[in-house]
Amino acid sequence: MSKTNNLKNLSDLLTIDAKYVEQILVDFIREEVTKVGFSKVVLGLSGGIDSALVAVLAAKALGPKNVTGILMPYATSSKESISDAKQVIDKTGMQSFVLEITPMINAYFKHFPRASSLRRGNKMARERMTILYDYSAKENALVLGTSNKTELLLGYGTQFGDMASAINPIGDLYKGQVRQLSQHLKVPASILDKPPSADLWLGQSDEQELGFTYDEADLILYHLVDERQTREELIELGFEAERIDQIQRKVQLSQYKRRLPLIAKLSLRTIGRDFRYARDWGK
Amino acid sequence: MKLNVALAQIKPTLGNLNKNLDIHLEQIAAAQKKKAQLILFPELSLTGYFLRDQVTDVALTLKDKIIQRLARESKKISIAFGFVEQGNDAHLYNSTAYFEKGKLKHIHRKIYLPTYGLFDEQRYLAQGDRMRAFDTQFGRSSVLICEDMWHPMLPYTAVLDKASFLIVPSSSPGRGLSKEGKLQSSQTWEQLNRFYAQFYTVFVLYVNRVGFEDGVHFWGGSEIIDPTGKVLAKAKENKTDLITATLSLNSLTRIRTQNPLLRDEKFELTLRELQRVQNEQFKKPF
Repeated sequence: MSKTNNLKNLSDLLTIDAKYVEQILVDFIREEVTKVGFSKVVLGLSGGIDSALVAVLAAKALGPKNVTGILMPYATSSKESISDAKQVIDKTGMQSFVLEITPMINAYFKHFPRASSLRRGNKMARERMTILYDYSAKENALVLGTSNKTELLLGYGTQFGDMASAINPIGDLYKGQVRQLSQHLKVPASILDKPPSADLWLGQSDEQELGFTYDEADLILYHLVDERQTREELIELGFEAERIDQIQRKVQLSQYKRRLPLIAKLSLRTIGRDFRYARDWGK
Repeated sequence: MKLNVALAQIKPTLGNLNKNLDIHLEQIAAAQKKKAQLILFPELSLTGYFLRDQVTDVALTLKDKIIQRLARESKKISIAFGFVEQGNDAHLYNSTAYFEKGKLKHIHRKIYLPTYGLFDEQRYLAQGDRMRAFDTQFGRSSVLICEDMWHPMLPYTAVLDKASFLIVPSSSPGRGLSKEGKLQSSQTWEQLNRFYAQFYTVFVLYVNRVGFEDGVHFWGGSEIIDPTGKVLAKAKENKTDLITATLSLNSLTRIRTQNPLLRDEKFELTLRELQRVQNEQFKKPF
């Protein structure tokens, strides 16, 4: 069997029953939002597939009037991002507004004109986060996360930026599964079809930047994480050793992003270590 | 003997005893309307599941007024429910109590506390140390709480102890997506329930919960299986539900004649061989 054929067969492992997953995620949003006393949610609408999917799920769970999408473009954000996000707003009937982050970002980087694109990208992501959390306080709306499992595991996101949220409905779905569910929920075609991009600078593409495709990353991560398979087993399945190592390294290096800050243990009962309560404590 | 049994697939709140008691009372009333004689609740139905350090806050002794309230209800309908039991040894157990006509008939303390994957029970709770069948006004029964059912020796002991129906309260988290919708967790349970029902020729009453705790979802799908493996009733997945079925306990004679697996069970041979395995186990080097 050729390698591509083999990968095609393997990708069947990631096929989901979209209708069933939709039901679980809609229930998840409704329950985890309402039981802590909220009825509204807010999320950043980037024009990409992840936030589009979360918006559609949230509108189903809470009604479109209770869902606000904020479009927060920077000067270099692509025009299609805005028009794609608007399609999601029209489709769902959700609330929305546009708040450009260009003045805030430019004011800051006046002090650091030679800042790298990494710093600029992180700053933008965190600027957007502060806007979402400010709106959250203003409107009593929980912030919905829109990071998928692939980018969470790869650490392909900004800590305390786009990775920050109160609840995240799609954090246990690989990118390809996000696509399947989005197709099922009829997310606009222009969003489904365009190559994934963080849209931090013109022409940016996730897959170019990462150096591999999401399809390949999804499968490697699925076997490493979900199936707990070894490097040797993955090589036998047809994956390249170099690629497996590259992905494994990214997962390990970004572990800190997925955890709360470390606390120096001193007392008998330390938060997060031996002071353990569910977040849904009493709910 | 006919038994009309109700399974209450509820959504408990995490660590809110009074709210959960209200849910129990509502379900008891609803089951009585359906003419049920026995109502079963899921594992830890009075407390919710991922309690962690909350276990000490919600632990109850059998004398507690919440337990006594349910005991009084059992004058009208027999009840089995789950809670964190503070034993007289001051240890905490994941227990199911069976009340009938106002009296405690049986208490089962979960023996196998899963502590792997997303489970952490043994960190917070003590293990039960006995597996007993008990007599109810409807016939002989046994309680196996969730993971207890995954260890074949326990349902085996229950049927050799002459249980006619197995009460299986559960808090099973949904996990493992598949192409066909069915989660791996629900597939596994359905396989288990049918297997034990048919091969141990016993009624299986599997009562699971629904709802979310910290993002983990409980999938429901409670079911009543007869001793031929036939599904008598099946609850919805992911929604609260109250299902009932009438068990013809007399049909056991017919079924166990057709399929006399238990009659032919070699009890003493099993004991003898297990004893031999145990004796030999420590004679050999690693």
